[in-house]
Amino acid sequence: MNAVAPCKFKASDYKSGTKPVWCPGCGDFHVFLGLIKAVAALGIRPEEIAVISGIGCSSRIPAYLNCYGFHGLHGRALPLATGLKVARPDLTVIAAGGDGDGFSIGGNHLIHACRRNVDLTYIVMDNEVYGMTKGQPSPTTAPDWDSKLAPGGSGIPPFHPLVVALASGANFVARAFSGDTKGTTKIVADAITHPGFSFVQILSPCVTFRPDQRNWKNKVHPAPVATTTDPAQAARRVMTDDGFNIGVLYKGSRESYAQTVEPNARSDRDLDEEFFV
Amino acid sequence: MTAQAGSKDSFSVALFGKGGAGVVTAGEMLLAAAAQCGLYGLIIRAVGPQIRGGEAAALVRLGKVPVDCLDDRFDLLLGIGWKHAERLLPEISIDADSVVVTDPAQESVPESVLVSGAEIRELNMKELAETVSGGRANMVALGYVAALAGIPQDAIFQAIEKKLGHKGRDAVDISVEAAMLGFSKAEDLAPAEVADSGAKERWMISGNHATGLGALRGGIRFAAAYPITPATEVLEWLAPRLHDAGGTLSQAEDELASINMAIGASFGGVPSLTATSGPGLSLMIEGLGLAVCAEVPVVVVNVMRAGPSTGIPTKPEQSDFNAAIYGMHGDAPHIVVAPNSVSDCVYTTQWAVHLAEAMQVPVIVLSDQFLGQANVIADPIPAISFFTKRKLAEEVADDFERYAVTADGVSPMPIPGTPGGQYTADGLEHSRKATPSGTAADHTAQLDKRAGKIDSFDYGQHWAEIEGSGELAIVTWGSTTSMVREAMQRLPDKISENLKLIALRLLLPARPNEMAAALDGTKRVMVIEQNHTGQLYRFLRAWYDLPADVDTLHRPGPSVFRPGEIATKIEAWCSE
Repeated sequence: MNAVAPCKFKASDYKSGTKPVWCPGCGDFHVFLGLIKAVAALGIRPEEIAVISGIGCSSRIPAYLNCYGFHGLHGRALPLATGLKVARPDLTVIAAGGDGDGFSIGGNHLIHACRRNVDLTYIVMDNEVYGMTKGQPSPTTAPDWDSKLAPGGSGIPPFHPLVVALASGANFVARAFSGDTKGTTKIVADAITHPGFSFVQILSPCVTFRPDQRNWKNKVHPAPVATTTDPAQAARRVMTDDGFNIGVLYKGSRESYAQTVEPNARSDRDLDEEFFV
Repeated sequence: MTAQAGSKDSFSVALFGKGGAGVVTAGEMLLAAAAQCGLYGLIIRAVGPQIRGGEAAALVRLGKVPVDCLDDRFDLLLGIGWKHAERLLPEISIDADSVVVTDPAQESVPESVLVSGAEIRELNMKELAETVSGGRANMVALGYVAALAGIPQDAIFQAIEKKLGHKGRDAVDISVEAAMLGFSKAEDLAPAEVADSGAKERWMISGNHATGLGALRGGIRFAAAYPITPATEVLEWLAPRLHDAGGTLSQAEDELASINMAIGASFGGVPSLTATSGPGLSLMIEGLGLAVCAEVPVVVVNVMRAGPSTGIPTKPEQSDFNAAIYGMHGDAPHIVVAPNSVSDCVYTTQWAVHLAEAMQVPVIVLSDQFLGQANVIADPIPAISFFTKRKLAEEVADDFERYAVTADGVSPMPIPGTPGGQYTADGLEHSRKATPSGTAADHTAQLDKRAGKIDSFDYGQHWAEIEGSGELAIVTWGSTTSMVREAMQRLPDKISENLKLIALRLLLPARPNEMAAALDGTKRVMVIEQNHTGQLYRFLRAWYDLPADVDTLHRPGPSVFRPGEIATKIEAWCSE
C-alpha cells in the first residue's frame, strides 16, 4: 500500500516472539527460518505481508511471525488468501500449511487456486502424517505405513501434489527440504517474486510420529536438471523421480489473475438509472 | 380494472405457454406497459424443473396501489397452448368470475380449468400472429390482455420499444403490429375504467437486484460467488457493477471457498459479501463461526428455497430460520436480518452491511425465492446513509491489543499494511492480544465481549416495522409480511381497528425490551410464517415474554401465502 522503497530488514524483525507449539526437532522450525530469511532478503516490510493458514501443526506459523496473519479453518487457507489478495493486490500474501490441510480437506481449493493463478505463494510443509491429531495417514503417506487408524497401512497410494499442481495450471512449482535452510530461503524468495500462483512443497520431517523421516537428510538431492518452462516435461520428471529432487522444477509465464482486473473502469455509473421503467 | 373477490384495486393475469412461447416476455412487457401509465404491479415467473423448454407461466398482478404479493385468484388465465398445463395450474386459482382465453387451434382447455366455471373466450392467437410476417402469438396475447386491463396503446408501444429496441426497428414494428391485432379483439370487452394515465417515475426491480443495490449502496466492494438457485442473480447483477465501482467479484470453486474468500477480503479491510441458498448456507456455517471468533465483518445473503437438502430449488419457504440462528457450533453471537418486501431488500441489505462493519460481525440476510425473483413496479427507492464505518486502528501504539475489551465491545481493527498493527486473526480462542489462549478468563472475557457488542448496539427503530394498534398483534417476518399486510386491509373494520402488525427485520439478536414495548396492551398474539414447524414461533417462545394467548399460522412452501388465506385465519382467530 505504501510506496516505500525496500528497506534493510533482519530475519529476526519478522519474528513475533511467540513460542511455537512444535516439537523439538520439527522440520517446521527450519521452514520458518527459511521464510523469514526470504522476506528479509526481499526487503518486504512486515506489515505488507499476510500469512494465511488452516489447521494443523504447520498452520500455526502465522502467529510466530511479526506479519499480518490469519489462522483460519482446516483446509481453507487458499480461499482465505485468495480473497485477501484479490481485494488487496498491494499485499504480499503467503498461504501455508500441511499435507492433510492442503491435500485432503483442502484438496479442491489447491486445484482451483492453481487454475485461478492469483499472485500467491503456497507453502506446504509435507511430513506425510497428521501430527496434531497424533499420527494418522495423510494423502502423501505411503500405503504400508502402520498406524492406529489404519493398522497395517491404508493401502492407498500417495497423492502427487506437484503433478496435480502442474496439471491444474500453477505458475511456479518447486520442492524444498526444511533441513536445507539456505536452499529453502532461495526457493521461497523465488516463489514470492514469481508472478501468479507459486506452489512450494517443503519436505519437513515429523520427528515425533515419523521418526524415520530423520533420514530424509540423507535422501534429498538437488534436481539433476534445470528448471523447465514446459509443464508436461516438469510433470514427467516429478512423476518419475524418487520424490527427493529438490529445486525449482517449473516456472510458467501465465499472467496472474489480479492483473486482469481494471478497477474504476466506469466508477461514475449511476446505479439507480437502470431501474427506471 | 375489474372488481373481483380478491383485492378490489388490482387485476391478476396468468399467461401460460410451453417453453419458448414467450409468456414471461409478454408478462414483463405487460408490467412495463402498466408502469408507463402509472400503475404498480408484480410478476412471478413459474417454470417447471427443466433448464430449457417445458412449460412456463407468467403470474402478473397490476394495481393502483403498490402490490407486493399475489392475489388469491386470477381474473384472467390465458393459454397460448395447454401442453403440460396441469404441472402449473395448481398455482393458478380461477373461479366462475374469471375469464379464460384459449386458442381454438391449440390443445383444448384442461378439465381442471373447465370445472371452475370460468367464462371461456376463444382468441386465434397463432392464426392472427401468422398474418404478420415474423409475428408471434405472445404479442397478440399481450395486446389482448393489456386492452382488458385498460392499458392504452401508447403504453404498450413504449414497453415493446424498451424491451426490443436493441433488436432493431423491424423487431419492434412486428411486435407492435401483432400486439395491436390482439388489442383490437379486446377493445369492445375492455372495462370502462381506464388505468391512471399520469406518467410516474417508477422502478421495475427484482428482490435479488434490490439486494445487490443495497449491497453496493452499503459499500460492499468484494463479492465471492458460487452459483445457486435462487440466489445467482444477486451475484450476476453485482459482477459488472462491482467492477465499475472499483471492486471485484471472484467466482469460487464451492461455498466453502466463497465464504472464506469473503472473510479474507474483509480481513484486508474491504467490505465483503456472498449470496447463496440453503445448501450453500449449510456449507458456509463453519466459515461464519470463524468470522464470529476472529471478528471479521461479512454479509451472507441467503435466498431461501424449500428444504431440507436440495428441496424445491425454485420455490420459496421461510425454513432456514433455525439454520441461520442456531447453525453454528459453540456460542457464536451474530446478526440475522430479513427484508419484508421486494423493495425492502435494498434497505435491509444496506443495513446488514452497516451492522457487519460497525460490529465486526457476520450478518445473515434471510431473503427468499419469492422476494428474490419477483419483479415489482415500485416507487424509486431513495438512498439512505449510515455514518458508522468500521472502527479501524490507524495509529497503533506499542501496547496495542487487537481484541481489547472496550466499552461497546468493538475493538479497533488494524488492516494489513498498517505499520505496527500486525496480529494473527484466529479461529482459536485468544487473548486480548490475539494470541491463542485456552484459559477460562480469556474465553469468558472474549465470549462476553462478542455477545455484548451485539446486545448493546443501538438498532433504533429498524428492528421491526410496527403498524396499527390494538389488543391483537400479528408477528411475522420476511416475505410473509406483504401477505399479512394485505390480509389486514381486507378485514372488517371492527377487526382491523384492533389489530397491530409487528414485522421483525432483526431476527437475531432478540430484542425483548423493544418487543415488550411494542406489545404493551396486547392481549393476544398470532405468529405467521411459511415453514413446517413454526421456527420463529419457537424462537419467540424462548426469548420473548409474550401474552399467554399465542396462536400460530405456519405452513410450508412451495406455494406462498395468499392474503385471503391469512385473512380467513385471522377472522376465525378473532371470533374465538
